[in-house]
Amino acid sequence: MFSLNNVRFNNILDIKHLKIPSNKVTCIVGESGSGKSTLLRLLNNLISCDSGEISFNDRPLSTINSVELRRTIVMLPQQPVIFPGTVKDNLLIGLKFAEKPLVDEEKLRQILRMVSLSKELYEDSDKLSGGEKQRLALARVILLDPEVFLLDEPSSALDEETERIIVEMLVAYTKDTNKTLIMVTHSKKVAKDYSDNIIEINQGKVVNYTEDQV
Amino acid sequence: MISVIDLQLWQMIAAYVFVLVLMLITKLKGIPREKEILIASVRMTIQLILTGYILVYLFDAPSPLYTILILMIMEIFSVYNIIKRTKTAISPKLKQIIAFSMIIGTVSCLLFFLLVVIQISPWYDPQYFIPIAGMLIGNSMTGISLGVNRLVDGMQKQKYLVEGALMLGATPRTAAKQIVDDAFDSAILPTINSMVGMGIVFLPGMMTGQILSGISPITAIEYQIAVMLGILGSVTLTVILFVQLGYKTFFNEQQQLKI
Ligand SMILES: Nc1ncnc2c1ncn2[C@@H]1O[C@H](COP(=O)(O)OP(=O)(O)O)[C@@H](O)[C@H]1O
Ligand SMILES: [Mg+2]
Repeated sequence: MFSLNNVRFNNILDIKHLKIPSNKVTCIVGESGSGKSTLLRLLNNLISCDSGEISFNDRPLSTINSVELRRTIVMLPQQPVIFPGTVKDNLLIGLKFAEKPLVDEEKLRQILRMVSLSKELYEDSDKLSGGEKQRLALARVILLDPEVFLLDEPSSALDEETERIIVEMLVAYTKDTNKTLIMVTHSKKVAKDYSDNIIEINQGKVVNYTEDQV
Repeated sequence: MISVIDLQLWQMIAAYVFVLVLMLITKLKGIPREKEILIASVRMTIQLILTGYILVYLFDAPSPLYTILILMIMEIFSVYNIIKRTKTAISPKLKQIIAFSMIIGTVSCLLFFLLVVIQISPWYDPQYFIPIAGMLIGNSMTGISLGVNRLVDGMQKQKYLVEGALMLGATPRTAAKQIVDDAFDSAILPTINSMVGMGIVFLPGMMTGQILSGISPITAIEYQIAVMLGILGSVTLTVILFVQLGYKTFFNEQQQLKI
């Protein structure tokens, strides 16, 4: 689905060849500062590579309308972005940005349950803790129902048990709905336990690519 | 017509005694601003005297060429001033947009007010053209200046929100909407506020000047109303042009945020 050829970005990333398959769970691991977030930003076309080419379904990203692309491939940034307003505002704003039909409150509550966030819809989102904000931002991305999820450390601010629950839910959801999940994680254990493929990055280079036969 | 007291030179000088007293007070209070007060007062005096003589000259020999020349000088000065007043460095493209918005916005409003509302003849009559142009341009300059700072500041401080919106599939227009709206509000708010307080809280400068120089308050007010509406139109138009074109300079053709 994604295919990268001789991709360079500043002196942060240098990837000769990389393919990321569709309908699979792919985890990206590597030390902090190795370029994982930069790779996701490139895939979302938030930044462009200096040389080389990134294709999505055999089309170079530069030829795809970026807004359309970002509605197909939704990215969750490492630092959760919370807009001023309530929990409900924050869930609905994604649908508004992507120009998708709004949903009723029952649906919103269901999504909050999916990410184990027991907060009222009318709670001020500014008062949430870091981990709660992270799950709210994740819920908003799930609500958008994209083909591809690009998640940058979606569980970094969570305790180990909640992290497990969330990742398990994400993997099950991706499999059930036949979607693609590309996820950066700081935990090699999470990567091993849940992913079909693991991409390991070190100092901007892919040093290991493991394809599990699940 | 009511007789007008023509101020003599010594009377003008007497007005300066005020400034001297003011400087003395700041000096005694240890506020290090006496130099600025002096420079501002002297500058204002010289600029106004020069303008006065230029206006007398122009009024005596009206010419479309001179009127247009003065208009151009005012536009150039105002654009230069806006750019100089920005708090942070801005892109060349944004500077072009400032100039474009200022010129299109003020000139179209100016022509509408002079030719359709006041119906001056000839169209370049400097007695009307120049002071009204001055007021429209001056107020629009202040408006855009506020708008530029708010837009640039908003884009930098709320960069992560804008990018967060892009990641959720927003178009650049939607992603920047809040910042664009804020910049617009802050730019036209002073004009709106001054309209609300007008005649009650203060008498506008132009009207005061006219009344002092012997024109009937009713005539002065008629002009004031026309000019205020012209200012409102001009400020609004220039600022809308600026923010609507300006936010785009923060994105590239790949709909990526450039800062
Ligand atoms: N906008 C940027 N400009 C310049 N350097 C950056 C930028 N963003 C990240 N970097 C640098 O790129 C490297 C990789 O960063 P990042 O992709 O965030 O790594 P990771 O997500 O693996 O921790 C780091 O050295 C970081 O300092
Ligand atoms: Mg990172």
